[in-house]
Amino acid sequence: MSPNLVLVVAIAVLFTVGVYLLLERSLTRVLIGVILLGNGANLLFLVAGGAAGRPPIVGATPEGQMSDPLPQAMVLTAIVITLGLSAFLLAMAYRSWQLHRHDEVQDDVEDRRIARLAAIDVRATTDADTEGTGRSIDEEAAEIRDETDEGAPARTPGEGER
Amino acid sequence: MTDWTWLVPLPVVVPLSAAGLALALYRRPTIQRIVSVAALTIVVIVSAALLVLADDGPLVVDVGDWAAPVGINLIVDRLAALMLTVSATVTLCVLLYSLAQGQEDDEESAPISIFHPTYLVLTAGVANAFLSGDLFNIYVGFEILLAASFVLLTLGGTRERIRAGTIYVVMALLSSVLFLVALAATYAATGTVNLAQLAIRLPEIDPGVRLLLQVLLVLAFAIKAAVFPLSAWLPDSYPTAPAPVTAVFAGLLTKVGVYAIIRTQTLLFPEGRLDDVLMWAALATMVVAILGAVAQDDIKRLLSFTLVSHIGYMVFGIALSTDAGWTAAIYYVAHHITVQTALFLVVGLVERVGGSTSLTKLGGLARLAPVLAILFFVPAMNLAGIPPMSGFLGKLGLLEAGVQVGTPLAYVLVVGSVVTSLLTLYALVKAWNKAFWQVPEVERPPTRLPFGMVGPAAALIVFGLGLTVAAGPLYAYTERAAAALAERTPYVEAVLPDGKRGKGVSVDVTEQAASDAEHGDDEPEPEAAGVAPADEAAPAGTGAGG
Repeated sequence: MSPNLVLVVAIAVLFTVGVYLLLERSLTRVLIGVILLGNGANLLFLVAGGAAGRPPIVGATPEGQMSDPLPQAMVLTAIVITLGLSAFLLAMAYRSWQLHRHDEVQDDVEDRRIARLAAIDVRATTDADTEGTGRSIDEEAAEIRDETDEGAPARTPGEGER
Repeated sequence: MTDWTWLVPLPVVVPLSAAGLALALYRRPTIQRIVSVAALTIVVIVSAALLVLADDGPLVVDVGDWAAPVGINLIVDRLAALMLTVSATVTLCVLLYSLAQGQEDDEESAPISIFHPTYLVLTAGVANAFLSGDLFNIYVGFEILLAASFVLLTLGGTRERIRAGTIYVVMALLSSVLFLVALAATYAATGTVNLAQLAIRLPEIDPGVRLLLQVLLVLAFAIKAAVFPLSAWLPDSYPTAPAPVTAVFAGLLTKVGVYAIIRTQTLLFPEGRLDDVLMWAALATMVVAILGAVAQDDIKRLLSFTLVSHIGYMVFGIALSTDAGWTAAIYYVAHHITVQTALFLVVGLVERVGGSTSLTKLGGLARLAPVLAILFFVPAMNLAGIPPMSGFLGKLGLLEAGVQVGTPLAYVLVVGSVVTSLLTLYALVKAWNKAFWQVPEVERPPTRLPFGMVGPAAALIVFGLGLTVAAGPLYAYTERAAAALAERTPYVEAVLPDGKRGKGVSVDVTEQAASDAEHGDDEPEPEAAGVAPADEAAPAGTGAGG
């Protein structure tokens, strides 16, 4: 049995686009990426179930012509789970927007720390003065933005903070 | 002999039902607390009973009485029972700790009404992953515990937690998709996701495809277990959660990943073709993460790095692929769950007294809270592997197993684990010295330590020491568990007594099952596996319900 080529191509496209979106900064795009990846995996299950057949109901269909219901059952479970987790991710994106007026995935605190230490090293070799910036890593991490926030609503201090 | 199999589903069913009850009772905090504590106490008792019962052979339940390869089955063997008992004890202690914290603190920092139901769901998910005899049901178990962990990690939705939670959630979703892909590939190749049936069918398929499935599964589990280089998410996300949540995450979540690796590597892929790769990954995990710990200033992050580092020990034991290696790895998992959770609970207390988790700001706690100095010192030394504590015994077992194997790579790993152990000692002693002995920047007013928080932490430390006192019988138990894992037949025979079907009833197939199932086994095709389509719908209900 050879798998349905259209489905295989669709899976490839979904996974490619999903991975690309997953690498974005904005949580909304990440969410869409996750949903596409999940759908790709679900289609993969359908391909895994073998050739399409008739409804697997005893009495209505002869046994030889039935499609395999087990992968469909698994896909249903996976769809339910993906739905729930997408809702959670959406809530998180909204909360992030409430707090920061953007929904970007921020840098690892550790990365900031290493970058700061490296910066101090550079200054130490060029300058005699090696003072730190006096800000905490968390503050710095919170401020990290990149090109994806072009056109985002301007940050209004105080608003949306609890 | 009495049939005790009705005990098997309880560790999943009781917390799940209690979670519903606790959610309904969100206006009555007192009753909510009673429900949670009672549910987890029942789980501890049941798990302990299963620990004893499983020693005579695995206990199997075909859920809904659907026969095994068609329906879902739950199975308790020695490995699952041990994991279940240790994790149940730890979750109960952490719950008691968080209850006391809830009474001491206000709603802001302490558990709110959603905490109890979520915590119980987490427990049910962990138990489900341990008990499941079906790869897809393990996935469902993972998703239950992950969904609960998302909520617990972002409790309160503060800036810092949302930042850390984002990374954690995206990583978890990615590993779930990988797991799904692995499941689909497994089903396409073998026509089943039942672990016992997979153990029979996998040797029959093409070795290349088998290797692909193995790599996919290991990859999905390694993200959850935080094996280097898939571990970078952990030290950044765990420390921001409330102390009890971090403690239970550190103790349990990564260990569920380790358990899944042990289960699939031993049962499904006994030829161990990934062992060399896993060895290198173990070495990198141990050394890189412990260097991260040495460089840390924040004590919670320091402990998160030691957590990742010590996952390397377990992977080392698994990758040795000998009875001795698995014995030591299983013992090490039990030891590490206890000691890492205890350390995080104590750090919660340190934060309370010292007002910070930064080692440069902390100081002079030895005078402020001498009890705390001991409470931190004992599990810290246990983690570093000072004799005669359980950390030492586990490491000794691993080193012995490594020397027995005797390949150059195994010797490299032996040296690596000794170095890691020394660096752990260095990092923890440095942390202890700074927190308890250095002169503090600002004198802190003495804080009363609530007994409700000290008690559970101390109980967990005593439980950890108990693993040393009871090391003889316990090590013998893990030895028997590892022997059964290596043998594989007890597990498979318990699920599929005649090699074809489980003990459950399958309506209208019982008569024709024998002839049809034979046909199905000859041709491991998806179509052939659909012997009894009416029955195959059973996992739909059970799976979706989960």
